[in-house]
Amino acid sequence: MTRLLGPLLISPALIVILLLFMVPLAASVIGAFEVEGAYGLGNFTKAYDFYTQDIVFTAVIVGLSTALTGLLAIAIGGYLTLGENATAVAILRWLYRWPMFIPFIVVGQVLRTFLAKSGLFNSTLVAFGLLDPLTATSYLDWRGVVVAFVWKQTPFVALMVSGAMASLDRGTIEAARNLGASRLRILVEIVVPQVTTTLLVGLVLSFVTMMGVLSVPLMINAQAPTMITADIAFRLSTYRDYGVANALGLISLAISAVAAWFYLRVNMRQGR
Amino acid sequence: MSAPSASLAPRRDLELSNLIWWLPRAAILGGLAFVIFGPLVNMLIWTVAERWYFPHTLPLDYGFSYWGRVFAPRGNAVQSLVASISIAFFTVAGSLALAIPAGYALARLKLPLRGLILLAFLLPQAFPNLPVYVNIARLFYEIRLNGTVLGVVLVHVTHGLVYAVWIAAAAFSAVDRDLELAARNLGASGLKAFVDVTLPLAAPGLMASAIFVFLESLDEFTGSYFVGAPDVTTLPLLLYSAGSGGNYQIASITALLLLVPSIAFMLVVEKFLRADVLAKVGQ
Repeated sequence: MTRLLGPLLISPALIVILLLFMVPLAASVIGAFEVEGAYGLGNFTKAYDFYTQDIVFTAVIVGLSTALTGLLAIAIGGYLTLGENATAVAILRWLYRWPMFIPFIVVGQVLRTFLAKSGLFNSTLVAFGLLDPLTATSYLDWRGVVVAFVWKQTPFVALMVSGAMASLDRGTIEAARNLGASRLRILVEIVVPQVTTTLLVGLVLSFVTMMGVLSVPLMINAQAPTMITADIAFRLSTYRDYGVANALGLISLAISAVAAWFYLRVNMRQGR
Repeated sequence: MSAPSASLAPRRDLELSNLIWWLPRAAILGGLAFVIFGPLVNMLIWTVAERWYFPHTLPLDYGFSYWGRVFAPRGNAVQSLVASISIAFFTVAGSLALAIPAGYALARLKLPLRGLILLAFLLPQAFPNLPVYVNIARLFYEIRLNGTVLGVVLVHVTHGLVYAVWIAAAAFSAVDRDLELAARNLGASGLKAFVDVTLPLAAPGLMASAIFVFLESLDEFTGSYFVGAPDVTTLPLLLYSAGSGGNYQIASITALLLLVPSIAFMLVVEKFLRADVLAKVGQ
């Protein structure tokens, strides 16, 4: 009886995951190879013909956003750990978290207004005399998408990274400081190497999240080239073409798998 | 006289260098504050802008007429607000009903392949979920769940289960096992010990997971877009359609409605998710 109780209690939740996640996931893989009742690579050749530019665009945008997120997260975590002015550290700690819980759909909307040609970003630069109103342009293209991704994901990765940095042994840091090492050098040579695993987990999770976001590319960058997610939505709403939509979905899964493989490889090398 | 001035001089130097360091600090922190709060301020201005177009830096007229339109008794927004909140409540009820037994089993009972089971709940977060939603929509279309509240709730429950199960498991394993054993020794049945001792002690953690699931459901766009639209309109779907129709006022007011619970949660999350529970997440 007691041996069966555990599996019994957990099975309803597992069945939901199985039916509403694993089955549709399998359906998307199978559907990608389905061409008018038979199996073949037709959907992939179509996806390649029409969307190669968008696939490259997606990989580059998400890769760039992940890299920038990582750099900013290290900078924030590093200052929170090594900063010597308590007031500045407290201000930064209060400040950096705000975008974390703001949903992507709201991020898309607020940045669409902020980065528009007459948005608050340009008008502030104009007010400070840093920008000539006549040369002001809108940033609602690939730059807007990168800003939106970095804006939303940096607090999440910075929270993870600063948590890992806070639990490091202070002894080595103090010793290096006493020997005259600059704080930047301590960050790069002592602190960051010890939190690589946490940093990579945060970045892989962010990468996968960005690959699946539909609202931001739809709201900020609807013109071509756009991201795979927007293409999938378009393929379905205009043609009800599940084959090519699933092929594009599988390609985005493959790009995420490359990121996860990269993470595993770095992790394994560290474990050795 | 010479001794105090000698000890004061370096201190004054220190104060001066501290003051000088505040220049770059203030510039960087100010820039960061602008980048974080600028977009939010821009949204707030849009919620009260009556007329605002290029090249004007600020709106030409201010007013609350769009608020009136959003909250008109038969307006779209009230309908979507009601739909969003009821979907979120159903989602919380559904995921807690699944996650409390599952979390308890993961924390306390013998389970074969425990690590693998924990990983299975993580899967929906580990893949880009758009391809999955597309195929759920296709499946739901066949069994006529597309465009129904139940369909949207099911999608949200699946998405929220990872938080619900992982946090519930952590909350249960943070409860002191001796207290349960004491209740059992005093003659309480297993179920009574669970209801009277374990469940109240795990309540703050379960509350945190409920809030998390509620917010995830409230903010979810992609799944609702494929499974719910156009029959079920949640707040994110309203925001999207208002924004793509060029009505930035309605879109910004909706964004503000979605923003308030998220920010409130950020400010109180540490009260609910105590460090001892947080440390056990994923173990």
